[in-house]
Amino acid sequence: MIAFSGAVVRYPRQEKPALDGVSLEAPAGGITAVVGPNGSGKSTLVRALLGRVALSSGTISVAGSGTAQMTRVDIARRVAVVTQREEAVFPISVREYVALGRLPHRGAWSAAAPDDKAAVSSAMEATEVSSFADRTVDELSGGEWQRARFARALAQGGDALVADEPTTFLDVAHAMAVFGVLERLAREGRAVLLISHDLNLVARFAHRLVLLDRGTVAAAGSVDDVMRADVLEPVYQWPLVV
Amino acid sequence: MKTSRWIILAVTLVAVAVVAVMLGTIRFGVNESLGALFGRGDETTLFVIRELRLPRVVLAALIGAGLGMSGVALQGVLRNPLAEPYLLGVSGGAAVGAVVAMSLGVALALMPIAAFGGALAAVFIALTVARATHTRGDPRVLVMAGVVVGAFANAAIMVLMANAEASTVRNAVWWMMGSAANATWTQNAWLALYLALGGGVLVALGRSIDALALGEDSAAGLGIDVERTTRALYLTASLVAASTVAAAGLVGFVGLVVPHIARRLGATGHRALLMSSALVGATLVIAADVLARVALPPAELPLGAVTAVLGVPFFLVMLRRMA
Repeated sequence: MIAFSGAVVRYPRQEKPALDGVSLEAPAGGITAVVGPNGSGKSTLVRALLGRVALSSGTISVAGSGTAQMTRVDIARRVAVVTQREEAVFPISVREYVALGRLPHRGAWSAAAPDDKAAVSSAMEATEVSSFADRTVDELSGGEWQRARFARALAQGGDALVADEPTTFLDVAHAMAVFGVLERLAREGRAVLLISHDLNLVARFAHRLVLLDRGTVAAAGSVDDVMRADVLEPVYQWPLVV
Repeated sequence: MKTSRWIILAVTLVAVAVVAVMLGTIRFGVNESLGALFGRGDETTLFVIRELRLPRVVLAALIGAGLGMSGVALQGVLRNPLAEPYLLGVSGGAAVGAVVAMSLGVALALMPIAAFGGALAAVFIALTVARATHTRGDPRVLVMAGVVVGAFANAAIMVLMANAEASTVRNAVWWMMGSAANATWTQNAWLALYLALGGGVLVALGRSIDALALGEDSAAGLGIDVERTTRALYLTASLVAASTVAAAGLVGFVGLVVPHIARRLGATGHRALLMSSALVGATLVIAADVLARVALPPAELPLGAVTAVLGVPFFLVMLRRMA
């Protein structure tokens, strides 16, 4: 489980905190989706979990252990993150790219162990990237690249997966495929924390919703609890049909 | 990278080094040169090959290896295919540090440290200027900042040389154009020591560079301490480049060209890329130094001029690809 408790994040020279006492939980075995308009603090949650921004107060815990007491490698062994954007500047093969997911499990000098190789193979099969494993990542289409990114996250293993806007550049079919992977991971017992702006897809696949508004939790609960016009409209400041 | 390609790289390096020992104002045959390397031959041949040519070839190899590795590290950590110590002003800053040290009469062993100080100042200024433009995603901006820092470093050296004696100025100018001509075994030993230390650190951080090349957030997600590792890489890549500058002056574009050649040869992970770039860089700079010696006899071209002639068109092609 990933849990944020009273998390406050302040960016330099910003009057208001980006996260202002956010508490939420992403339990194992389910997809918890964080939604909210632009600037609500969704991506800051991920950056805080990655240690890229410091918490002014509050805590983040993974499977009951506070991230402040864990090393970066310990966190990476438990939580895999698919960040919002990633561009491979230098071409490497898809297989090599997926194998980077095993970095937190390998020593500085050790060769890939049988466990590492098995994790890479199974991640590539699960995301159906094996057929283009030897192509370089700069030759992939948007959908293939996103699947390769998920393969890397699956190879990383751990108890939880965080995906920040994973369907932004994908057509409907590829977006559905990504959600299919997330569903399967949740079924296998992982905690899935999904950051998304796509209310329709989220409503269909998520088990729990957290609605953020200007750095605070405006609503949280089941999809039926949150996907209501009277809850969403004040936050999005736009009439919505639910 | 396939084992056969490693063997080809190593054999090419040795072959180019042997040819480099043979060629010069006095030319020697293969048997004569190899014999002299193993201590056989007349006194003149032994002296020319073992005391003049061989140290020079070794120095060229060390410069190439260092600049190649520094280029790989800088390109990886900055995610910038145009990054290299010369274009980022790192070499220019190192030159200022070395010239100041020279004018103060600092010992040979400490020259790389002085150059390192200048290199660090330069890399700090170039990164600060590039970040101030808020165009961090555009690799060309950092190169522009580096070129400006390099120009400033040149100006600083000219000011330092304003009151120097004519012979000192001539030496400094020659050195700034890059040259392996005054190689000595002592100098080579110091450079090899610095490069072994710096290169070892870079290779140890090779997997971290793989992660950083995906972007800082992705690297953090893979368990990399982004700030600490990035700092260590800047420091070490600057030390490696500064050591070469202290030994042989400004030799540009090697750090740019070599990593791309190594990638073309199939090196993808940064550990393999660093090691193969050391071999490719060594081979390239030995060949460039031979060209500098034999292109316009009896005159000798500056090594930096030869590498620039090779590197500038390459840079322009890269720039065009990114446009």
